[in-house]
Formats: sequence, structure tokens, C-alpha cells
Amino acid sequence: MDSQFPQGDFRAPVPVITPGHSYGSITDKLTGLVLTKKTPLVWFGITGTFFMLLCGLMVALSWLLLNGIGIWGNNVPVGWAFDIINFVWWIGIGHAGTLISAILLLFRQDWRTSINRFAEAMTLFAVACAIIFPIFHTGRPWLAAYWLFPYPNTMELWPNFRSPLIWDVFAVSTYGSVSAAFWFVGLIPDLATFRDKAVNPKLKRLFGMLALGWRGSAIHWVRYEKAYLLLAGLSTPLVLSVHTVVSFDFAVSVLPGWHATIFPPYFVAGAIYAGFAMVLTLAIPIRAIYGLHDFITMKHIENMAKITLVTGMIVVYGYACEAFFGWYSGNEYERFMLKNRVYYGPYAWSYWLLLLCNFIVPQILWSKRLRRNIPAIFIVCMFVNVGMWLERFVIIVTSLHRDFVPSSWEMYYPTIWDFMTLAGTIGLFGTLMFLFVRVLPLISIFEMRTLLPEAQTKSNSSEGGSH
Amino acid sequence: MAHTTSAESPLYGLMAEFDSAQALLDAAHKVHGAGYKNADAFSPFPIHGLAEALGFRERSVAKIVLGAGITGAIAGYGLEYWTQVIAMPVNIGGRPYHSWVSFIPPAFETTILFAAFSAVIGMLALNGLPQPYHPVFNHERFAKYASSEKFFLAIEATDPKFDASATKQFMAGLGGAKEVVEVEN
Repeated sequence: MDSQFPQGDFRAPVPVITPGHSYGSITDKLTGLVLTKKTPLVWFGITGTFFMLLCGLMVALSWLLLNGIGIWGNNVPVGWAFDIINFVWWIGIGHAGTLISAILLLFRQDWRTSINRFAEAMTLFAVACAIIFPIFHTGRPWLAAYWLFPYPNTMELWPNFRSPLIWDVFAVSTYGSVSAAFWFVGLIPDLATFRDKAVNPKLKRLFGMLALGWRGSAIHWVRYEKAYLLLAGLSTPLVLSVHTVVSFDFAVSVLPGWHATIFPPYFVAGAIYAGFAMVLTLAIPIRAIYGLHDFITMKHIENMAKITLVTGMIVVYGYACEAFFGWYSGNEYERFMLKNRVYYGPYAWSYWLLLLCNFIVPQILWSKRLRRNIPAIFIVCMFVNVGMWLERFVIIVTSLHRDFVPSSWEMYYPTIWDFMTLAGTIGLFGTLMFLFVRVLPLISIFEMRTLLPEAQTKSNSSEGGSH
Repeated sequence: MAHTTSAESPLYGLMAEFDSAQALLDAAHKVHGAGYKNADAFSPFPIHGLAEALGFRERSVAKIVLGAGITGAIAGYGLEYWTQVIAMPVNIGGRPYHSWVSFIPPAFETTILFAAFSAVIGMLALNGLPQPYHPVFNHERFAKYASSEKFFLAIEATDPKFDASATKQFMAGLGGAKEVVEVEN
């Protein structure tokens, strides 16, 4: 593409893959990250830190199982606190992975290719972290199966399908399993490359089993691409439904601060916002550690920053709608909730901090120069990560702690176990993410090959084969 | 285009190697034009029109997914109706036993679940995967480069038009074909 800007100008367009690569060089670079005995030293440092947090999670969950959920700060009226804040936060983060792999595929955004694989992995690991909270908040998860899943049990009891909580079970478990299937299908051709490139016979055998005997037959590719496209088409409404259903957990109730029709779209936008911030939070260090500047170019960073800005503005619109409808309802409980949340409540600080993180700081992304400044973007993403957590804190705690009857008002204070569990899931997420980067292709190798100019073909035979 | 392995024939077929996607695509058109039926092309990434060039037309994956999606919708809704109306009718908040509006989200999720898994399983099953052994891997350069940078074309010995020497000559004459190798079964 010809540009009106000279080479080197910061406004000049950046390609999705640095010119000069061939099928072989892409393959060697990306397989070389895994099929090597040299692990970057910084990898051990990062993975070790996350692993220590993960150990904290195991301690916190063991203590929870021994003592019950009384060790958490949850009380009456704040019956839902860190458990659901963290659940919603993690599920939201996962959404960007599906957005990148499915929705951007349907829109033919070829820049998604460099980031879709690890964004999908991020989805899987974020869902794994999210699921920990609803499972363990039951206190005795081994007894919880019969009201979570419809199976013929000896008590002849069935879940209540009129409740959004059971919708959540269906939505999240479908989301987790479909994301895993989508991810694995995408990996098959790359696992075949690993099988053929591996020298160690044990590794060759292992990758050979995982690759299922893939041989790149033209007929297989046709079915493969059809299945992949259909999975993308199915994942798109799925991902929108998941956060919609999560928002129904709140919106279907009659509590001021939860009972709002804006919730489904506002939650979905928030999920994508949080997810893109997390993709950038991971992509920036991984790109630096593994020298992936040829494949994750400034174009990717800038595009992701733009999506973060756009979805961030939709989220801010959601805050404005919430406030407007709270006032416009004329309902004194709604109006009280709003005033309590925004200025005279004891948690008003969290609302203003939320606006700082999610509204004010991301505004710097309007500047093209700052969108191409890696440290600036990384800092913005950190604010967004915190801000999206605070958003759920504001929605859940400030709505619950002062409800209809002042005699039932109560403050909520999280305990050390709440914080250890939150930090522990961050540890689980980071450990899984960095293990994944070490043992599997973090960028889709076969799709990167299709981005090369020599991969473009045209059918000019007299046979007249279709396009 | 079944990959039948006949016990009496030790020869799987002939394979030619190409350097570019375009050369493979052009060769595939010629192979189909020459009347070969049991031919296959191999590439390290999907090439549009390659399977069609070999005369392959199929819509099975889409049909399987549609069928599974409809099954998922009926199964999900049926489960809800049966549990809430027939097996365990309980009055919750005065809502009807058959609360069809509330039944939509779980039925939607089972639709997606069934359809998505049928796409994966259907694709693998139609492709005959997982497949522990396939003769193409007996070709040394195929096993080394087919999944990274080279392109291959095979004409199988089971093809009615297959003739060891004539076919070999034909394949060597395809534009861009590097060398034609006989591959054992």
C-alpha cells in the first residue's frame, strides 16, 4: 500500500508481517521457540513468580475447604463479593480471545493471525480461573453437582431453569469447552509441523500423537477450513451470549444498581475492553522476550489500542446510562443507590478510581504517537485491568451494602484469604500462560504462511476451477 | 477419493514435489484434466481452489453441523420442559411451569455446544483422523518438509488410469515438478 507519509514517519502504515520472510523462516523462527533447550532466563523468573502465587491459591483453597466460606469477608447483606467480582473479571478477560479468533476472522482482519493463538490460550486459562470462584463459593463443591448440572440423581431433584444462575452454568461450561475445541483445531496443523521438525524421538512421538496424523491433504484442508469457519460463526454469538448471561445474574434481580436493561451490552463491551487490555499486557512482554517484532508489529499493537479505546468509550457510555436511568426512574431507592455510589457512600472512592482507570487514563490513546509508544500502552492497560476489576467491585459491593432497609446496612471488608485467592488465580493464569508459550506454538504458524505474498494463488487453468 | 490400501500392491503411488503454491495449483488442474481420479495434493497451509481443482466437491461438514445444532436445540429445550413441567413441577415465584422465555438461554447454549463439537468431530471423522499410519510419510522429503515449506502432489496406484511409467512421465512434465518419487505402501 502506498502511503502519503515518508518512510520512518510515525504516521506511515506498518505491515502485518515484516517483509523478507519465507515459509521456511517463519517456520524455523516459531518452532525454534519451543524445540530448543535454551529457555530465556527471564522466563524462569516470571513463571516462578506466578507459580508462587499459585501455591498461595492452593493454600487459600485448602483452608477454605477445611473451614468453609466463613473465612471470606462475605456477610449479610454483601453475600456476593470477591467470589463473583473475580469470576466476572476473569470471564470478561477471556472474551477478547474469542473476539480475536472468531469475530475478526469473520471480518477478514488478517492482522488477527499473529495474536489469535495466544489470545485463545488466554481465554481458556481465564475461564479456568473464573470457574474456580463459583465452584468454591459453594463451600463443599463435591456436593454442588446436583444443583449445577441436570443429571438423574437419587433425590430426583432437577435444577431450576428459570434462574439466571443455571443459565450461567450452561453458558460458561459451553464457552469453556467450545473455546478448548476451537483452540485445539487451530493447533493441529502446527502440531504436525512440530512433529516433522522435532529431532528428539520422544517429542516427535508426542507431537505426532497430538497432530492426529495430519498430512496437509487438500481435501482435509477444505473440510478443516469449513469447520474452522463454522466454529468462528458459532463462537461469535456464543461469546456475546456468555457475558449477556453473566449480566443477567444481576439484571434479572430487583436490586437497585443491578436491575438495569443496559447491563447485557455494557457487560459485553466491558469484557472486550478488559480482554484487549489483557492481551496487550501479555503481548508486549512476550514480544520483547522472544523477539517477535517481525510478527507482532506496531500495527497489531496500534489496532488493539484502538479497540481498547472504542470499547472503553462504550463502557463509559454504560456508566452514563446507569446514572441517567437511576435518576430518570424517579425511584427513591434507585436515586439513593446512585448518590451513595457516587458521592456520599463509604465506597465512593472506588467509583472515582474506576472513572480514573477506565475513562480518564485511556483517553491518551486518541494520540497516534502514544498508541505507538509501548510503555505508554502498557501503563494504560494496567489501569484498565485494575479499572475493570473495580467496575465489578462498584456494581456488586456498593449495590449490596446499603439496600432498602437501613437496619440491614453493613460494611464489607475482604480478608487476607480473599486477596490470596485473587492473587492465586493471577498466579494460575500466568503460570499456565507461560507454560503454554514454552511448549506450544504461541503464534499460528500455518496461518502466518498464508500472509506471505507468495502464498497468493490464482486459478488460471482452462479447467475453470472455482475462484 | 478413498485411500484404500490394497494388500497385494506394494506401491502407494507417485509423488512430485513443488516449490510454490501456484505451481501445485496449476499441476492439480492438469492432473484432473488428464482424467486422474485418485490424486491428492499436500500443502503446509490451505490453498483456495486446490481441492476443487482435483475435482473435490462436498458439503458434509456444514450439513453435519446444521443437524447437530437442531438436535442440540431440541435436546436442550426438551430437557428443560421435561424437568420443569413433567418430572419436577415446582411453583417458583408464581411463574408458569413452562417458562419458555427463561428456557431460551440454556437451549441456545446447547445448540452451540452440539453444533461446535459436531464441527470438530465431523471434520476429523470425514478426514479419517486420527490416522496413525499413512504411506505418504514414507517419502523422505515429504516427512521433512510437507508441513513447513514444500508442496506435494500424489497420484495413487489405485487410480484406474495409473500406469507406472506413463504416469511418471506425465508428472515429470508438470510445470515446476522437481522430482517424481515412487512411494511404497
